[in-house]
Amino acid sequence: MRGLAVFISDIRNCKSKEAEIKRINKELANIRSKFKGDKALDGYSKKKYVCKLLFIFLLGHDIDFGHMEAVNLLSSNRYTEKQIGYLFISVLVNSNSELIRLINNAIKNDLASRNPIFMGLALHCIANVGSREMAEAFAGEIPKILVAGDTMDSVKQSAALCLLRLYRTSPDLVPMGDWTSRVVHLLNDQHLGVVTAATSLITTLAQKNPEEFKTSVSLAVSRLSRIVTSASTDLQDYTYYFVPAPWLSVKLLRLLQCYPPPDPAVRGRLTECLETILNKAQEPPKSKKVQHSNAKNAVLFEAISLIIHHDSEPNLLVRACNQLGQFLQHRETNLRYLALESMCTLASSEFSHEAVKTHIETVINALKTERDVSVRQRAVDLLYAMCDRSNAQQIVAEMLNYLETADYSIREEIVLKVAILAEKYAVDYTWDDVQGYAAKTVFEALQAPACHENLVKVGGYILGEFGNLIAGDPRSSPLIQFNLLHSKFHLCSVPTRALLLSTYIKFVNLFPEIKTTIQDVLRSDSQLKNADVELQQRAVEYLRLSTIASTDILATVLEEMPPFPERESSILAKLKKKKGPSTVTDLEEIKKERSSDMNGSAEPTPVNASNVSTPSPSADLLGLGAVPLTNSAPAPSSSGSLLVDVFSDSSSVAAPLAPGSEDNFASSSDLASSEVVSEEPADAVHDADELIHKFICKNNGVLFENQLLQIGLKSEFRQNLGRMFIFYGNKTSTQFLNFTPTTKPVDPIVDGGAQVQQVVNIECISDFMDAPILNIQFRYGGTLQNLSVKLPITLNKFFQPTEMSSQDFFQRWKQLSSPKQEVQNIFKAKHPMDTEITKAKIIGFGSALLEEVDPNPANFVGAGIIHTKTIQIGCLLRLEPNLQAQMYRLTLRTSKEAVSQRLCELLSEQF
Amino acid sequence: MSVHMQFMLLFSRQGKLRLQKWYVPLSDKEKKKITRELVQTVLARKPKMCSFLEWRDLKIVYKRYASLYFCCAIEDQDNELITLEIIHRYVELLDKYFGSVCELDIIFNFEKAYFILDEFLLGGEVQETSKKNVLKAIEQADLLQEEAETPRSVLEEIGLT
Repeated sequence: MRGLAVFISDIRNCKSKEAEIKRINKELANIRSKFKGDKALDGYSKKKYVCKLLFIFLLGHDIDFGHMEAVNLLSSNRYTEKQIGYLFISVLVNSNSELIRLINNAIKNDLASRNPIFMGLALHCIANVGSREMAEAFAGEIPKILVAGDTMDSVKQSAALCLLRLYRTSPDLVPMGDWTSRVVHLLNDQHLGVVTAATSLITTLAQKNPEEFKTSVSLAVSRLSRIVTSASTDLQDYTYYFVPAPWLSVKLLRLLQCYPPPDPAVRGRLTECLETILNKAQEPPKSKKVQHSNAKNAVLFEAISLIIHHDSEPNLLVRACNQLGQFLQHRETNLRYLALESMCTLASSEFSHEAVKTHIETVINALKTERDVSVRQRAVDLLYAMCDRSNAQQIVAEMLNYLETADYSIREEIVLKVAILAEKYAVDYTWDDVQGYAAKTVFEALQAPACHENLVKVGGYILGEFGNLIAGDPRSSPLIQFNLLHSKFHLCSVPTRALLLSTYIKFVNLFPEIKTTIQDVLRSDSQLKNADVELQQRAVEYLRLSTIASTDILATVLEEMPPFPERESSILAKLKKKKGPSTVTDLEEIKKERSSDMNGSAEPTPVNASNVSTPSPSADLLGLGAVPLTNSAPAPSSSGSLLVDVFSDSSSVAAPLAPGSEDNFASSSDLASSEVVSEEPADAVHDADELIHKFICKNNGVLFENQLLQIGLKSEFRQNLGRMFIFYGNKTSTQFLNFTPTTKPVDPIVDGGAQVQQVVNIECISDFMDAPILNIQFRYGGTLQNLSVKLPITLNKFFQPTEMSSQDFFQRWKQLSSPKQEVQNIFKAKHPMDTEITKAKIIGFGSALLEEVDPNPANFVGAGIIHTKTIQIGCLLRLEPNLQAQMYRLTLRTSKEAVSQRLCELLSEQF
Repeated sequence: MSVHMQFMLLFSRQGKLRLQKWYVPLSDKEKKKITRELVQTVLARKPKMCSFLEWRDLKIVYKRYASLYFCCAIEDQDNELITLEIIHRYVELLDKYFGSVCELDIIFNFEKAYFILDEFLLGGEVQETSKKNVLKAIEQADLLQEEAETPRSVLEEIGLT
C-alpha cells in the first residue's frame, strides 16, 4: 500500500507537533470525503483508508468514523481486505450495538466458511474484542469448533484461547458440558501448539470448576514427564535454546497448582519430574546465551511454586530453598530478584520458615549492596516475611539502619514494617515501665506553650490512668499535673474538654490531696452551667460522685482501665487514614452510625408499628438502656466510653460486650452450631429467607410479622460471640397461652397487646451455612399455633474488620489463590448502583472497606476476620461493579472454601 | 487470578509508542494514562537494573532491543522469566520476517507486526511457540495478498485520482 507508506513518511517528516496535526487533519478530511463521495470505493481503497485511520489512531488521535467501512471489509472475499477490517475492529471497536450485530454477522459467516484462514481471523477478532455481546453470540459455537474431529490444529489453538477470553469476560455464558472432557484430552494431542493453547484454557476453567477438570491432573503430569525427560532435540521447533518446550512446561506446572497433591501413583511420577527439574538446575548450562538460562529457570521457578503450593514434600521444599539460596548470590540481577520474591512465599509456609531464616545474612547484605531499588524492596519484604521472635531484634535493627539511606519511595513502608514488627515481637518491656515512661513523656510534651489538641487528649487519658506513677517527682506533683492539663482546657473543643473532665474525676481518686481544688473547678459556673449538655452533665455527675462516694466506691468505679482487647493495628489504620483522609472520614461516620445503632440510640423501634393494638412502651422495648454493660470507665450518660475519645478510629470497641451474668442471660445455647432442630419445618421458614437477607448488613429490625405476632430483634456481635434480644409482640387483644419459644422459656402467658422480651447468647463454634431456627408454639383462641423462623445469625456477623495496606492485601490475595479458596459470583444489580450505599453495605457486612487498594477506583475491596471458637478465618473480598452492564462481579478469598462460598452467597444478595 | 498478560507496549527511547496490545478491557483514557506512566517509569531505569518491577498490582517485565523497549504487564503469580522469553521470541519472529528488523520496519508495517503478534499470542496467552508455525501462517497470508493485489498507477496509489 504505497499511499499508506507515503502518508507515514509525511508524518515522520513533520518538524513539529502542529505540523503533524495539520497533516493528519488534511488526511482525515480526504478520507472523509472519499467515504462520503458518490463514487463507490473499491475494496483496495477502502482497505488503504481504513489502514490510514488505524495508523492515525495508533499515533494517539481519536477516530470517530470509518467503522462502517471497516465492517464492510469484513465481508470481502479478499483475505488482506478482510484482515485489515478485522484489525481495525480489534483495535477500535466500541460497543455500538448496531455495529456489533453487523460484525457478529460477518464473524458468523467466516466461522461457517470452513476456510481455516478465515476462521482464524474471525476467532482472533473475538479473542481480541471479547465483549459480552460476542460471548452471547459465540460462546455456544466455539466449544464445538474446538472439539470437532476435522478442525485444523491452528484453528483449534485459536478456538481454545478465544473461548478462554470469553470465559474471562462472561463466565456465565460459557456453560460446562460434554465438550469439557474432550478438551481435557487435548493435553494428549500430538501437536504441541494445540497442547499449549489447551493448557491455558483448562487451567482457567479448572480454577472455577475443579471437579469437572480433575482428570487433567494425571494427563498433565504424564505430558510434563515426557517433556522433562526428552532430549533437547526431540521436540524440534518446540525446543527453545536447548530447553524442551519451556512455555508448555510452565503452563502445565501452573495447571497442577490448581489442585492439591495428586494420588500416590501420579504423585510419584510428578515428584520425579520435579526432581529432574531441580537436578537440571545443577547441571552445567548447554549454552551461554541468557535465553537458555532464562527458559530453564522459568521452568525451575514454576516447579518451585508448585512445590510450595503442595507444601507436603519436606525433601523437595528443602531442595527448593537451597536452590533459591544459590540464586540469592547469582550474578544476574533478575535471578536475585526472583529468588528474594520466591523465598517470601517459602517463609510464610510454616514448614520452610526455618530453612529460609538461615539466609538472613545474605538478605541483609542484599539490602546494603543491591544497586536496584526494586531488588532492595524485595529484600525488605523477605526480611519482614522471615521475621519472628528469634531474629526480630536483628531484623528491626537492620531495617532501621537501612532507613537512613533508603530511597524516599520506600521509606514510609519500612517505617510501618518496623513499627508492626516492634508491635508484634517486642517482649522485654514490662507494663509498668511503659506506662511510667508514657506518663513522663506526655507530661514533658505538655510543657510546650502550644501543643496540638490530640496531645492534650492523649495526655489527659494517660495522666488520668497513670499520673500516679510520676507523682512522686516534685516536678510533676499531682497539683502540677492538674494545673498543666487545666491550663489547656479552655482552648480545647468540647469532646476534649469532656475527656479532661473525666481525667479530673480520676485524679480525685488517684490524688485525694487535690480533691477540693478539683471540686472547685467542677463547681464553677463555667462547668455546672455550661451550655453544652454533655459538659454540664459530666460536671454535675462527677461533682456529685466526688462528694457522696466513699473512697472504696470511688476506687472501684474509677479503677484502672483494663487492657485493650486485641484489635486492628492502629499503625495500619493510620496508613489508611493518611492515604485518604476525606473518604475515611465519611466512612467513620458510617461506622459510628452503625455502632451507635448497635448501642441502641434513638432509632425508632420497629415494634412500635401502628398495628400493635395496645400502645406499648416501645421506646424502652428496643432501647437497650437497661442492659448492663460492663465498662469500668465512669460511664457518662451519652457518648460511649472514654476510649472513643482517645482513639477515634476504634468506635467499634465503644461497647465492649458484657460477659452475661447468669440471671440475665441464657447460658450459651450454641445456636450457631445449629442444634436447634425444627421437627416440622413450617412454610414460614422459607418466607423468612428473604427476611434474613435484610439482616445481613444490619442487626436490628422486625424479623417476622403476621396478624397475630410480631417478632423484633436487636443484636450485637463481637468476635465469636453475640447477644440477641428477641421481642415477641402479641398483636391481638387476646392472651396467648403456653407461649414457648424453643430458645428458652419465657412467661407462658402473653397478654393481648403486650410484649415479651428474651435474651439469647450466641457463640460461633465453627463456620456454618444454615441459620438456626426458632420454633414458637402458643395457643391462641383454642388453636395451637406453630411457627418456625430462621434467626438471622449469619456467618458474617462474626466478622471483625481488618485494615491493611495495598501491598499486604495483594500479598494475602496471592496466598489465597487456589481454586478452593476463591469463590466468585457474577450477578445483575438488584438495586441502583450507588457507590456510597455500596460502601455502607460492605461495612455493614462487617468487613473493613479498604481505600486506595484496588488500582481501579471503581472497585471495592474489603478485609476482615471471621471469628469462631476454634479458628479465625481471614477473608478478603473484592467487588467490581460494571455500571454499563448493571452487573457486579464479587470475589471472595478465604482459607476455607465453605467460608468463601457462604460469604459470597450472603453478600451477593445485598446489591 | 490466572496466568495471563494484561498488555504489551512497544516504545522507542524517545518515548514514542510503536505498538500497543491490550488483553483486558480498558477505556481509551485509562490506556493513555497507563502508557504515559509506564513509559516514563521504564525509561527512567538504568541499563543494568533488573528487568522486573512492581507497578500498581501488576508486574512489569521489560527489555530493550536497540532503540525499542518491549514492555509487558503480567499478573501477580505469573512467571517473569518466561515472559521475558515471550518478548525475545516475538523479537525473533519480527527479525525473521523482516530480516534484521529495525524500528522503521515496525513503523511502516505496523499491521504486520500486529498480525505476527496475533499468531503468537492470543488473548494474552501463548498460542504457538514454534517459530516455523507462526511464520508459516503469516507467509500463507502474504501469498494470498500477492495474488489479490493488482498493479495500480502511481497517481492512484497516492490518492490523487
